[in-house]
Amino acid sequence: MSASSAALKAQPWKDPTARPYVQVERICKSFGDFKAVDDVSLKIYKGEIFCLLGASGCGKTTLLRMLGGFETPTSGKIFIDGEDMTGVPPYERPVNMMFQSYALFPHMTVEQNVAFGLKQDRVPKTEIRERVAAMLDLVKLNGFAQRKPQQLSGGQRQRVALARSLVKRPKLLLLDEPLGALDKKLREHTQFELISIQDKLGVTFVVVTHDQEEAMTLASRIGVMNHGEIVQAGTPSEIYEFPSSKFVADFIGSVNMFEGKLIEDEPEYVRIGSDELGGIIYVSHGISAPPEAVVWAAVRPEKIFMSTAAPAGTDNVVRGAVQDIAYLGDLSIYIVKLPTGKVVRVTQPNTSRHAEAIGWDQEVYLSWDASSPVVVTR
Amino acid sequence: MSGRGLVVALPFVWLLLFFVVPFVIVLKISFSDVDLAIPPYKPLLDWVGKHTLAIKLNFDNYAFLFTDSLYLRAFWNSIKVAFFSTVLCLCIGYPMAYGIARARPHTRNVLLLLVILPFWTSLLLRVYAWIGLMKANGVINNVLMSLGVIHDPLTMLYTPFAMYVGIVYSYLPFLILPLYANLEKMDWQLLEAAQDLGCRPWQAFYKITLPLSRNGILAGSMLVFIPATGEFVIPALLGGPNALMIGRVLWDEFFANRAWPVASAVAILMLILLVPFMMWYQSVQARESAGAR
Repeated sequence: MSASSAALKAQPWKDPTARPYVQVERICKSFGDFKAVDDVSLKIYKGEIFCLLGASGCGKTTLLRMLGGFETPTSGKIFIDGEDMTGVPPYERPVNMMFQSYALFPHMTVEQNVAFGLKQDRVPKTEIRERVAAMLDLVKLNGFAQRKPQQLSGGQRQRVALARSLVKRPKLLLLDEPLGALDKKLREHTQFELISIQDKLGVTFVVVTHDQEEAMTLASRIGVMNHGEIVQAGTPSEIYEFPSSKFVADFIGSVNMFEGKLIEDEPEYVRIGSDELGGIIYVSHGISAPPEAVVWAAVRPEKIFMSTAAPAGTDNVVRGAVQDIAYLGDLSIYIVKLPTGKVVRVTQPNTSRHAEAIGWDQEVYLSWDASSPVVVTR
Repeated sequence: MSGRGLVVALPFVWLLLFFVVPFVIVLKISFSDVDLAIPPYKPLLDWVGKHTLAIKLNFDNYAFLFTDSLYLRAFWNSIKVAFFSTVLCLCIGYPMAYGIARARPHTRNVLLLLVILPFWTSLLLRVYAWIGLMKANGVINNVLMSLGVIHDPLTMLYTPFAMYVGIVYSYLPFLILPLYANLEKMDWQLLEAAQDLGCRPWQAFYKITLPLSRNGILAGSMLVFIPATGEFVIPALLGGPNALMIGRVLWDEFFANRAWPVASAVAILMLILLVPFMMWYQSVQARESAGAR
């Protein structure tokens, strides 16, 4: 799902000797009694697109605003390219921000908006003209230089905002819900455009979003935030396939969560007895948890097989009745009710046009591969 | 007549009765001769023969305004006073409007109420209150003397200073309210964007806030400048005998000299003088409401 980006191929976060480009050290921010950001530490490497993902109010925007210098941390430090940013105001940081509302200056033309930051830095006029023209070219707005922001569509405004924040060649670009105001079709298209622009310029991006699909597409790595903390940071596939907690598993994509108890705990495999499932879950990898501990096995809907005939074996197999079907074209979602009352979500790709259809109220067997479940302990 | 027609006609009738008709009467008087009669002017139209109606337009009144330097000086002085009052109002009112617009919603309502509160008492009373404050043995002098800051009372009343205090005080709300309405619509994130692009806070104000509040500044300034030009009560009460303002000249001509035609000519000339400003204000207003859409 994730698009290729230079940083993703290089994976500098796996190299312990790599120098982080942006380093966030134990940052806290409180508003009165409310802890918006709670002891966050982060290392972001050059050329990355790092997505801060979380529900509204999780502190992701506050963290972004602290990187931009618009909020002062209550404690902790931020280093950008080795320089301590404590007490450095926004206008002196090598950082630019693309605001969620775009914040284009309504009394200036597109050209004046993009040139604003360069003029402020007293860049020579001829150079300003060249750089602005090149940037407008990059975001495909060459014909719109003399328009006012009110005369542009939402997508065009978004590109002006991007051009304005990139023209100063910042070390770090902060994007607050960059695609939030665009409709779905345009958003998908713009996601890939954003990646190609980032790839061309090599600027490090930090993106705030609440849209997990957007994060999965854009990011080299994702930091999932909840209640002011980063609960897990990793590549999109790590986050999706190896969530470290119930919260992350549940937040990214949809998941079937079965509560159970460890009944066999071997280095090579574990068996979990789940009353919720009404059966045994066999997982083909070891986990670290005390014996008899309460754990949760998470199984993604697309990793569950559904059949009318009973599969071999007894572990990882359960019977149920189809309660609801949603046909989405490329795939169908089946809601299957187990005898225990637990409702399981299963997705099946519609690979054949004349597939033998499974209908409502039909008895089916659900099964999954022993490598599919992810076991989390919290 | 339909209900809709009635609704449209009503303001027209109102303006006709209370604006156009009085204006025509004043215009008519400004072209008449003075007479020792009641009313103190001669009619424009006169039957001289059985079938001859003579119209006599007397331009002497207007010519007179340009021969005696008193009137032109009064005009010039009025514009000067109105101009400086507007500038002073802007210097005081802009920070106030800005402060109110950036205050929290609850505080904002209280502050707005405080701006409007003086309107609940009559202008005359408020101007008299300033006399009490500024006279030789008034509140300000007494306080300063008891604190030992000064030994002899300051002469404030009946000086240009007192007149400016009165005008600025009275007209300040007219500047603050339209300016506040304009600033309140500001997207403050624009200032963050400007800072992000390298502006210090004061540069962001100069490059973003100020140009975006231009229409509010113009609207507020016109609302102060236009009525301040014709202001009569405040200079008369606070400014002393030397405060030569066109409003006072008008009053003196009309009531002291009973020279209705000259007074009318002064009024018409003042109107002609102010019309360009009013038209400018109107176009600013039109642009403002067009921009809001």
